[in-house]
Amino acid sequence: MEAEILALEGVVGGYGKLTVLNGTTFKVARDTITTVIGPNGAGKSTLFKAVFGLLPVQRGRIVFDGADITNLDPHALLERGITYVPQGRNVFPELSVLHNLELGMTAAGPGAPVAARIQSVMQRFPMLREKARAQASTLSGGQQKLLEIARALLLEPRLMLIDEPSIGLSPRLVQEVFRILQDLRSRGVSILMIEQNAKRALEISDFGVVLELGATRMQGAARDLLVDPRVGQLFLGGGTL
Amino acid sequence: MMKKLAILVAAVALIAAPFGLKPYGIYLLSLWAVMTIAAIGLNLTLGYAGQISLAQGSFVGIGAYIAALLTTQGWPLGLAFAAAIVLCFAIGWLLGYPALRVAHHYLAFVTLSFATLVFLVLRNEEWLTKGVYGISGIPRPTLAGWSTKAPLDFYFFCLLILALVAAAAGWMIRSPWGRAFTALRENPIRASSLGVDTRRYTLMAFAIGSALGGIAGVLYAPLVQFIEPTAFALGLSLNLLLMVIVGGAGRFFGPFLGAAVSVLLPEWLRFSEGLYLMLYAVFVMLLLAFCPSGLLGLGARARKSWKPSSKSAN
Repeated sequence: MEAEILALEGVVGGYGKLTVLNGTTFKVARDTITTVIGPNGAGKSTLFKAVFGLLPVQRGRIVFDGADITNLDPHALLERGITYVPQGRNVFPELSVLHNLELGMTAAGPGAPVAARIQSVMQRFPMLREKARAQASTLSGGQQKLLEIARALLLEPRLMLIDEPSIGLSPRLVQEVFRILQDLRSRGVSILMIEQNAKRALEISDFGVVLELGATRMQGAARDLLVDPRVGQLFLGGGTL
Repeated sequence: MMKKLAILVAAVALIAAPFGLKPYGIYLLSLWAVMTIAAIGLNLTLGYAGQISLAQGSFVGIGAYIAALLTTQGWPLGLAFAAAIVLCFAIGWLLGYPALRVAHHYLAFVTLSFATLVFLVLRNEEWLTKGVYGISGIPRPTLAGWSTKAPLDFYFFCLLILALVAAAAGWMIRSPWGRAFTALRENPIRASSLGVDTRRYTLMAFAIGSALGGIAGVLYAPLVQFIEPTAFALGLSLNLLLMVIVGGAGRFFGPFLGAAVSVLLPEWLRFSEGLYLMLYAVFVMLLLAFCPSGLLGLGARARKSWKPSSKSAN
């Protein structure tokens, strides 16, 4: 078994002729939280879309668990154990909490233990059981984020891509979401996260990747990046984070 | 529980309704049933899957011409149903391809041009469709000894098909398919990030909706017993769109109400003689201005103002 669960090798991709990723290269170690940071427009969200097959990769390779997954579609990636929680609100507001969860099992195919999996995530997040019949739009922002994370866990992924989980949440809820991510790591889910809130994200991460103009500018242990003056310069124009 | 009771009452009312009505009244009820089937189809495409179509009337036309051509040659109506379902499904599937590239107004224009194309084929290809002369003498079917020749019998035949279509559509909406359609309507990117094959569901939404349009057409031909191209021009498609929106797009019973408004209301307003179309237009404008979610949306809004929702802050 390889030490890394995901590896990007010189990935080039973007929107038509406009390339946003210009040879992005880094690795995500197994059972860790790795955070991608970088200024606006660095290509962080584009990077996730490229990994998750929502945007074509023009050159380079993406390797998951030893197998080439470049340009596979989301359905195939979900089957292999990658899940993606996009930025912002991602629940279907007009559907009930339960139906939102059922949609998370779409890629599981017929004969999958849908009810059992839903029961098990509800055990983990009891709020979802209480609100199972409620329309998702009636949940608070934090509850909706929990629903999204729960939905992403239904397929028992080994790697979760999570884009800006803290956006729009109060500091207390951010703390809760981060605690859930740390808990997932201890259960064998590797996490690749994008965060604007670089300092707080790096504090709970094992590794960090700094992306600038679609290329990897720096990578290393999260605690080293936290005190690296170059990182501080990138974000704050001097000092450390 | 209340809902089941309401459905039961409505079913009894529909069965009792034609007794005591003159043939024209029964004809209108039958037309309502036929239009409801077509509107249920459009509601799947537009209301649930969120793909606008201005071509639903064309599928009614395709179904009607299939029924007229086959049954006037002595073929059974059952064969016309099968042929219309297969053909409309296939054409609907193809019409779905533009929807993979364009959305909203642009999709409306693509489907609009398809509607025009179908109308021109029906009018110009005289060797097949008899063009503007139309096809007359379309027979009504006999099922296992039950002749549907009389208006009352044919109404019950339409009602039976409507019940079957409604049951099938209801089953589909409750299935994971229905959920995938709703997910597609609300946000295609979110849906695809969960592994929903948005491409396949978009095409399916068009294909299934169109097949239901075809079924309605197969009933329309023997109902009216004479068809000609202008009945299936853009006007019908717009009317079906109106039914779905007035009833409440994305709500199961929307098409039933919408079709009632569109088919029956103009008749009830006939007392006003020359003014009835104007009154009808004003009613529709007021409804859409004050309740864009349709008649069923009106009910939901009333319930909401009764008990405020428990929306909590972050």
